[in-house]
Amino acid sequence: MQLTNRAKKTDKSELSLFERSYLPSLATGLGITIKHFFQAKPTIEYPEQKRYLGPVFRGHHILKRDEEGRERCTACGLCAVACPAEAISMVAQERVKGEEHLYREEKYAAVYEINMLRCIFCGLCEEACPKQAVYLRHDMFVPVFIDRSDVIYGKDQLVEDMTHRYKRDAWTKEDAMKLWK
Amino acid sequence: MGSFVQWLIESMFLWKALIIIVIFAITLAIAAYSTWGERKVAAYIQDRRGPNRAGWGGLLQPLADAGKMFFKEDFIPAQADKWLFILGPCLSMFTALMSSAVVPFGSSFIIGGKEVFVQAIEINIGILYVFGVVSLGVYGVMIGGWASNNKFSLLGAIRAASQNISYELAMGMSIIAILMMSGTLSVREIVLQQHGGNWNIFYQPLGFLIFTICAFAECNRTPFDLPECETELVGGYHTEYSSMKLGFYLFAEYINMFASSAVTACLFFGGYNYPGMDFVERQLISGLGANAGHNVATLIGIGSMFTKILFGIFFFMWVRWTVPRFRYDQLMNLGWKGLIPLAVGNLIITAIAILSGYKLVGIWVGLALMVVLISIVWSLRPKKKNAIMGA
Repeated sequence: MQLTNRAKKTDKSELSLFERSYLPSLATGLGITIKHFFQAKPTIEYPEQKRYLGPVFRGHHILKRDEEGRERCTACGLCAVACPAEAISMVAQERVKGEEHLYREEKYAAVYEINMLRCIFCGLCEEACPKQAVYLRHDMFVPVFIDRSDVIYGKDQLVEDMTHRYKRDAWTKEDAMKLWK
Repeated sequence: MGSFVQWLIESMFLWKALIIIVIFAITLAIAAYSTWGERKVAAYIQDRRGPNRAGWGGLLQPLADAGKMFFKEDFIPAQADKWLFILGPCLSMFTALMSSAVVPFGSSFIIGGKEVFVQAIEINIGILYVFGVVSLGVYGVMIGGWASNNKFSLLGAIRAASQNISYELAMGMSIIAILMMSGTLSVREIVLQQHGGNWNIFYQPLGFLIFTICAFAECNRTPFDLPECETELVGGYHTEYSSMKLGFYLFAEYINMFASSAVTACLFFGGYNYPGMDFVERQLISGLGANAGHNVATLIGIGSMFTKILFGIFFFMWVRWTVPRFRYDQLMNLGWKGLIPLAVGNLIITAIAILSGYKLVGIWVGLALMVVLISIVWSLRPKKKNAIMGA
């Protein structure tokens, strides 16, 4: 069965004297390598150059706010239940009068922590969330940490900054297809 | 005291010492940057960029590598012969550094009315000296392999020894053809006879081919790097070595590459000669005066020599990243059944051509006749049934 037309039948016939000297095939080989030597390199110099990873890349977590700047999270704990690595933990608190401009729901997460050493960036929290509060950003990596005290991310690192709102490039498959054009 | 200083300046001693130190430094620098070049060439041939983090374009990489080597644990196995174990890499490095002593890197500088050759020592048996020192080089490998008290090291050392012996024969015979043409053993004389573009490569194409192949084998470079064949012998003769002792072995390889490129340039590519050198020197002398003009012309000659050397080193690397390693029986077949008969044939043809009086034409006609003869014999050989390739 032929899968591709790249297969080459090997020639097992006896070599001629010229071929036995190995010089012609050596010259061919040297030609191929020197051609590659002068070819443009496809390398992307990573820390300086970053390539676009697509709208569905799962990077740094974010706790979204709504249009009025209120936190969407209601501390239902579904993300923590969904998390296969058990990286998420939270402490719920009831909203009191006067905090309506801070929290959208009547209950909110007073503490919301993600252990980045445990997180496997699967995105199940994002799928589990009924309030569309937790997302994995497509445009930002979790930075390298060099100390264990830097590992657990609290609300200060997770809640969205209203001056730099997170916007995903494409939400639907159709939008994503347009991006690649 | 004053007369001693006077004597120092008047004698060649000071200038010679200066030239030796400069050549020593350049050899080390080129060897160090060959490691960087090797990695860059490897990377570019494999469509990568190579080391580019340490310094601009990775130019500080050799320093970083050396620093790493120095700070590694200097380990000597308990069962090893301690003194021989230390002697091995030292000998390897020592002989590698000695071999470029007779190579003329340029013609001469005229300083204070004295002519100073750009060469560490001018001896009339230069080629023999190079050969002797290069042959000594294998002792470093052998002693290291033996002293390690490790079967892989020993096998690597044995391979190195037998390989060097096999290929030195063919190499020697290809050089004898050159010596017959030049009639001298002095490297400077051989270079002088190739004045301008009258290079030996045009007279000795086959000799050059044999010499190059043997130089690869003598330097233990791919496709002949069987002594350190890591797929079969872990690390070959330097399996047990670490730290700067390993560094010395690796460094010696690069110095050997430099030296053999230099010798190849001198024997076959006219050393510091380049086409149109007389015209350039005349122009410079008429422009700058006799002494300064001559000195600048010498500098240009040195430049041409180093261009050839650097291309030679590049060729070593280019081949390394193209050709896979030979099997051991293939190596021996090529050496004994291929190169030595060819070298003998080349020797005979050269002799006949010199005696006939038509050197250039004679050699080319002779080589053509030899190719015809070999192909006739080849076509008449008894055909084997189910012949195994390369057997």
